[in-house]
Amino acid sequence: MSTPLIRLDRVRKEFGRHVLAVEDMSLTINQGDFISFLGPSGCGKSTALKMIAGLLPVTAGTIQIAPPEEKVEQDLGFVFQEPTLMPWGTVFDNVWLPLRLAGLSRRAARERVRAALVEVGLSKFEKSYPRELSGGMKMRVSIARAMVTRPRILLMDEPFAALDEMTRSKLNNDVIRLAHEHRLTVIFVTHSVFEAVYLSNRIAVMAARPGRVVADLTVNAPWPRGEDYRVSPEFSTEAARVSQVLKGTLHGDDIDH
Amino acid sequence: MATTSTIDDGDSGAAAPVNTAALARARRQRILAWVLPITTLAAAIAFWEFWVWYKQVPHFLVPAPSRIWATLMVDGPSLMRSAWFTVRLTFWSLFLAIVGGVLLGALFALSRPLEMRLFPFAVILQVTPIVAIAPLILIYVHNTFAALLVCAWLVAFFPILSNTVVGLRSTDHNLRDLFTLYRATPLQRLRLLLAPSALPYFMAALKIAGGLALIGAVVAEFVAGATGANTGLASRIIESSFRNEIPRMFAALVLVSLLGVAIFLMTSLASKLVLGKWHESEIKRES
Ligand SMILES: Nc1ncnc2c1ncn2[C@@H]1O[C@H](COP(=O)(O)OP(=O)(O)OP(=O)(O)O)[C@@H](O)[C@H]1O
Ligand SMILES: [Mg+2]
Repeated sequence: MSTPLIRLDRVRKEFGRHVLAVEDMSLTINQGDFISFLGPSGCGKSTALKMIAGLLPVTAGTIQIAPPEEKVEQDLGFVFQEPTLMPWGTVFDNVWLPLRLAGLSRRAARERVRAALVEVGLSKFEKSYPRELSGGMKMRVSIARAMVTRPRILLMDEPFAALDEMTRSKLNNDVIRLAHEHRLTVIFVTHSVFEAVYLSNRIAVMAARPGRVVADLTVNAPWPRGEDYRVSPEFSTEAARVSQVLKGTLHGDDIDH
Repeated sequence: MATTSTIDDGDSGAAAPVNTAALARARRQRILAWVLPITTLAAAIAFWEFWVWYKQVPHFLVPAPSRIWATLMVDGPSLMRSAWFTVRLTFWSLFLAIVGGVLLGALFALSRPLEMRLFPFAVILQVTPIVAIAPLILIYVHNTFAALLVCAWLVAFFPILSNTVVGLRSTDHNLRDLFTLYRATPLQRLRLLLAPSALPYFMAALKIAGGLALIGAVVAEFVAGATGANTGLASRIIESSFRNEIPRMFAALVLVSLLGVAIFLMTSLASKLVLGKWHESEIKRES
């Protein structure tokens, strides 16, 4: 059942000589895991995510990702904190980008781009420009773009931090649905204990200075989840437990950020 | 933010109710945007005409618009030849400024060391007034048109260079990561990411450089004091001033202004065409 997919082995990242962003991070993420990186600002969550995506070189240690069974343009989708859309392109152009960079013409990519837009509920907006969309809609475009190459792995770096509560919970449900339907392995970076508990079946709690994983928790609740879980007593219990662990890691540490 | 979440529903559709009153107001705004400046300008010219007539200002001091018009008609052919010279000079220098500025800007953006080596030269050429360099250039370059071209080019070149560098460097770093993630080739990166990111900066520079190219062309010609058949509008202004032909000075001046306005309209239109759909600077807010 649990096949290891991503393996981090004593991964270390230094910026220059003095900033130790991630120290000896070891973690095995299994196929189908929905794991959250939870921790205070500056604990190296984004850095870890970028190293897994291959966007930053590691200083020491190794990151291994099991090769995909079927070949796709890109096996790994990345969603940034900001929607990171090209303002000069339409919604279609933006979602087309990963396929376009792989050499697919507009015509060849059309079906897949449309399918990705349907999945995030934006099929009517393919001709719109990013500036015409709300924050939540832009984020959906960003998710559609990550999904258009049919990746196995989805990395999300605080994707909903800038959104209002209602939009955020709606998008949370969408991410769960997408992850479930496409059997994605998701690494989700967040500040929010509630978001981490609601979404994931695993939470890696991180601490700052130096950035490291201090606890690897399993969320005890069936997955996928729905709105009923959000209001259940089990949810509150789990959230309280995770908060306790998080507080423990902060305790005695300098919390000046 | 309740509105966000209702709009956010992808299936609710984008059709907003059509507000005819707002549409009519927008139309009136668009018409006014043309009517107001034109009528004001016409009124100013009419007042000028009236004032010259009323006060009986001698035409060798301030000629009436009607007299300037008449001079334009009489001297039209010869003035037009000069205007054509200035037009050619301006557009060639602008064209070369674009080519040089973009090429050098791209090189600078690619290589910091190169920029650090060459940037001082660009700055020195920029901050030294063209009037001060022009005599030297006229000595070194024998062909008058070429010498004037170099002067005008020097003035127009710098904004294009510096804005191209800034534009190419101001690409969103997350978008750059995205292109790395999807293994974009250098050419794809240039075409699909760097060029569009730099475009607003480039268009802003083009608007400035267009005006500067004309200024450069006129100033260079003033310094050159070129005479003879092959001269531009600036020489005609000097020449008329020597002969005390004030109406002809005004006529040449009007042509220079018209040329400047035409360049301004052209670069503005180009900017609107290129950026209109997506860039904040060219988007009209509907209210
Ligand atoms: N390019 C860089 N150069 C130097 N230091 C960096 C760089 N990127 C990150 N850091 C440092 O590394 C540490 C970890 O940064 P990182 O962005 O990974 O934190 P984070 O957990 O994502 O924080 P946040 O929740 O605020 O996004 C921080 O101290 C940060 O200042
Ligand atoms: Mg971060």
